[in-house]
Amino acid sequence: MTLSVWSRWALRAFMAVGLTFIYVPLLLVLVNSFNGDRTFAWPPHDWTTRWWSAAWDNSGARDALLTSVKAGLGATAIALILGTMVAFAVQRFKFFGRDTVSLLIVLPIALPGIVTGIALDSAWRSVIAPLGLGKGLFSVIVGHATFCVVTVYNNVLARLRRSGVNFEEASSDLGASSFQTFCYITFPLMRSALLAGGLLAFALSFDEIIVTTFTAGPGITTLPIWIFNNLFRPNQAPVVNVVAAALIVLSVIPVWLAQRLAGPEAGASRT
Amino acid sequence: MSDAAIKLIGLKKSFGAVEAVAGIDLEIADGEFFSMLGPSGSGKTTVLRMIAGFELPTAGRVELSGRDVTRLAPFERDVNTVFQDYALFPHLSVIENVEYGLKVRKVPRRQRRERAEEALASVRLDGFGQRRPREMSGGQRQRVALARALVNRPKVLLLDEPLGALDLKLREQMQVELKQIQRDVGITFVFVTHDQDEALTMSDRVAVFDDGRVAQVGTPEEVYERPGTPFVAGFVGTSNLLTGEAARSVFGRDGAYAVRPEKLTLEVDGEAGVPGTVAEVIYAGPVTRFVVDLDAGARMTVVEQNRRTGTAALGEMRGKRVRLTWHEEHVISVKENADAA
Repeated sequence: MTLSVWSRWALRAFMAVGLTFIYVPLLLVLVNSFNGDRTFAWPPHDWTTRWWSAAWDNSGARDALLTSVKAGLGATAIALILGTMVAFAVQRFKFFGRDTVSLLIVLPIALPGIVTGIALDSAWRSVIAPLGLGKGLFSVIVGHATFCVVTVYNNVLARLRRSGVNFEEASSDLGASSFQTFCYITFPLMRSALLAGGLLAFALSFDEIIVTTFTAGPGITTLPIWIFNNLFRPNQAPVVNVVAAALIVLSVIPVWLAQRLAGPEAGASRT
Repeated sequence: MSDAAIKLIGLKKSFGAVEAVAGIDLEIADGEFFSMLGPSGSGKTTVLRMIAGFELPTAGRVELSGRDVTRLAPFERDVNTVFQDYALFPHLSVIENVEYGLKVRKVPRRQRRERAEEALASVRLDGFGQRRPREMSGGQRQRVALARALVNRPKVLLLDEPLGALDLKLREQMQVELKQIQRDVGITFVFVTHDQDEALTMSDRVAVFDDGRVAQVGTPEEVYERPGTPFVAGFVGTSNLLTGEAARSVFGRDGAYAVRPEKLTLEVDGEAGVPGTVAEVIYAGPVTRFVVDLDAGARMTVVEQNRRTGTAALGEMRGKRVRLTWHEEHVISVKENADAA
């Protein structure tokens, strides 16, 4: 499509404004993490890495990072298993209520976190806690998994749609048992989709705060919660800023990787 | 008599309310090049998929060399398939694709590599082993798919419209090659196609499919020269079908009759033959097609070789009064169905 000169410039301007609003604040966080001044005087007149070492030595932040990684890995593992299973069920079989199942799986990502949080909180209190399983890290993992499943499901479903059943039929035709077909054909063709879905799931879990607030047991502090708790303590501000900067970097990497993985294979999956 | 390579007995397949295959009995001999010819939706591919084991018949049996395989999985049958879109594994190299069947059957690595190389050489693709399928052209992929199936030395090779995606030149070349390969390896080929030229050129026998049933089975010559039904007459090659009033007036008797366009002769002057007017002249390189409206009320196509005719003369033929003559033995009497065209 060819646009008029005027609209081309207008669209460019809109894009510039949009990207500026998104990324300049993030850049500010990164720059300020090296700002020598405790109150982030602007422009920075001296540079330091002492906030980074202070953050590294902060045991609260380190524990929170570890908790976040554990929660993320746990939620990603659940998402990979459930998301893949549902995607296969929905794509490969016809059954009553298939479209409903598909909708129900995708819905949690659109539900406000606060609703998911309240629902999980009361469910845990009234049903699971009486069974002897109190809130803790596990409840956070379950809470995150509810929406992490979606990313895996969507990625695997898209890959299955593209590749169809042809390759599996061909494999079976050539003498491979169902297990061999899975190992040599189905799984390798799925691998990058699983990795992409898993990375996105991990990124989602890693910076989640609302559902976490409602599902975390006593003493469970994830990194975003730690930031939130320390945000309004003035002397902690530089350390919080460093942690935020680290979070930005850590979230960008998996998303960037996931995009790269989902991209190039797309054209290649069908020969 | 030794068992047929493939025997289909009362084979039926329904998808919901749709009956795709409505009862088929066929015997395909060992080493035969057998084509299943029919328009799309006539059930030929479904029959192929039931032989391969991808679809479970609703009723009937599939026997391979006398063994009932109706309920066996594809990997338990001694048949291999060349798929319409080839279904080459995109994440494996060409050589890995070819040796796949040997690998899953636990043939030692050295041996299977050797056999895969041989198979690639037999389809003239030596040296292409390390490529990915996506780096190959359509014709090359087609040959990889063939090598991947043949390397397993199956009793029967099933081919599902394998030439459909190729352009005309390549298709004609592959027709010859396929026939050669079949003769060399001596295994039974079951070839599904909607292209009558392909079926006639390559096959020992052809089964013409019509609406989930086999309308006729025979050698290409039988199917072409003596079509059993109006459908076969119309689908295999072009025919001039004369029924009802026109048939009575031309032949002096009731029935449905077909005459192939190349069996007709166009006479510009003379008294013999059936009179009509040239409605259209279509020049097609080696031949010219004349569409003639008979006074008796039927439209006939005549094909004449352009041995002498020049294009200038052809243009003047439109609208001319002509007479059509033919030999009585070239008139095919086809039994009239309710659905006769």
